[in-house]
Amino acid sequence: MDNSKVPQHNISTYANNKKAIYATDENGKYGIIASSGWDVEEAATKQALKELERLSSQAYDQALSGQASPLYFHMYDRRMDLQTLAQATGMFQWRIKRHFRPTAFDKLSAKMFARYADTLGISIQELRELPDRRANGA
Amino acid sequence: MVPDQSFQHAHSAHCESGVMSLMMHHYGLPLSEAMVFGLSGALMFAYLPFVKLGGMPLIAYRSRPRAIIKGLQKNLGIKMKMQTFSQPAKGTKALDSLLEQGEIVGAQTSVFWLPYFPEEMRFHFNAHNLIIYKKEGDEYLISDPVFETPVRCETQALQKARFVKGVMAPKGLLYYPVHVPETINYAVVIPKAIKKNAKAMLKTPVPIAGIRGIRYLAKAIGKLEQKDRRYAKLFLGHIVRMQEEIGTGGAGFRFIYASFLQEAGKLLGNPLLGETSQMMTLVGDQWREFALMLAKAIRSKESQTTDFLALQTKLESVADAEAAVYRKLLEGNLV
Repeated sequence: MDNSKVPQHNISTYANNKKAIYATDENGKYGIIASSGWDVEEAATKQALKELERLSSQAYDQALSGQASPLYFHMYDRRMDLQTLAQATGMFQWRIKRHFRPTAFDKLSAKMFARYADTLGISIQELRELPDRRANGA
Repeated sequence: MVPDQSFQHAHSAHCESGVMSLMMHHYGLPLSEAMVFGLSGALMFAYLPFVKLGGMPLIAYRSRPRAIIKGLQKNLGIKMKMQTFSQPAKGTKALDSLLEQGEIVGAQTSVFWLPYFPEEMRFHFNAHNLIIYKKEGDEYLISDPVFETPVRCETQALQKARFVKGVMAPKGLLYYPVHVPETINYAVVIPKAIKKNAKAMLKTPVPIAGIRGIRYLAKAIGKLEQKDRRYAKLFLGHIVRMQEEIGTGGAGFRFIYASFLQEAGKLLGNPLLGETSQMMTLVGDQWREFALMLAKAIRSKESQTTDFLALQTKLESVADAEAAVYRKLLEGNLV
């Protein structure tokens, strides 16, 4: 790629950071150019974020109406899915799925709450509740 | 080992090659990132529909994580100490004591748990490499090669990032060189690494890797016509992300490799390498054209139809162009 073609689109997903791109100067010599981002990458990143937001918002509604446990919401809120959560906790998927049911979730031991909270990087209290506002992707 | 100088950060295109380049510089072997990437034979392609990352198949544009570290050891005679840990606390203690001894230490981490990453870039990707070069109070000073300047991270946060479980779990991996050769016989190692890499791309026994892997992905795109529309769009977006976002991406790796071929050509005074460097640059450009087509498709309105066949054809032509570079490298005299 030519130096002059290195995209400088100041994309929001970089939050003012820059990425190093290999490009050639007028003599064809390679060097590193700092790029403020390409809108093509931004579109793809935003699409993935939007999908995660859609899932967590759906989960929020289900948890609010009592169809699902708060765990179901927090999983998506932390940008995970069932597979990622299962691997990160070291638990079987069917077991976690049970805990998506409010009745099973409420009966969990303190140890299990701690395990989920630790994996998700939130406190036990946060895990057992839904956040008030539907902000931050919720 | 005794360092050559105080540690210097530099901005790199890719984490693992960046880390290894910075480490080699630190210990007196000035290897550019492109040389590290090329000499470790890290250029690859793999499409693994059965390995899922966030519900989407794994698409890799270079060899698997740790392959650069391992490739450099094998091809250049560098010796690295690599350590994983069963307990997070032990991993932190080991890191701290290495820093006290004045080492700079490479580590594998999860992007999601690194607080200095931009919020919108934090995904569960567990094979991100960085160098920890100092500890001040409760904070590590970190040289993350994909960032312009050094960053800071608290002890607990780094421990969490080093000990996540899941696909490509880092298990607290730490690494640092214990032997770095003073000189390297480039006339021997460069042709060898290039030929091996070209062979790996052209003559894989499995249809999911190398040029065959690219064609396999092209076919999968053609078949999206029959899939659910939302899934199809997410799949296309996923390809762009794997290509442009994670690490440096597919096109990016082609440009790094082109830079390596150019540098190698100069070192050996070999015009064929310069020529193939230009060819590889054009391949990288084509990968970017492909990404642009994908972005248009994912941004299209509900009413617009996506021409999956056109995408398939484009990717197949990228595969052809890339294969031509490897064939030229294999057939030519590189010494």
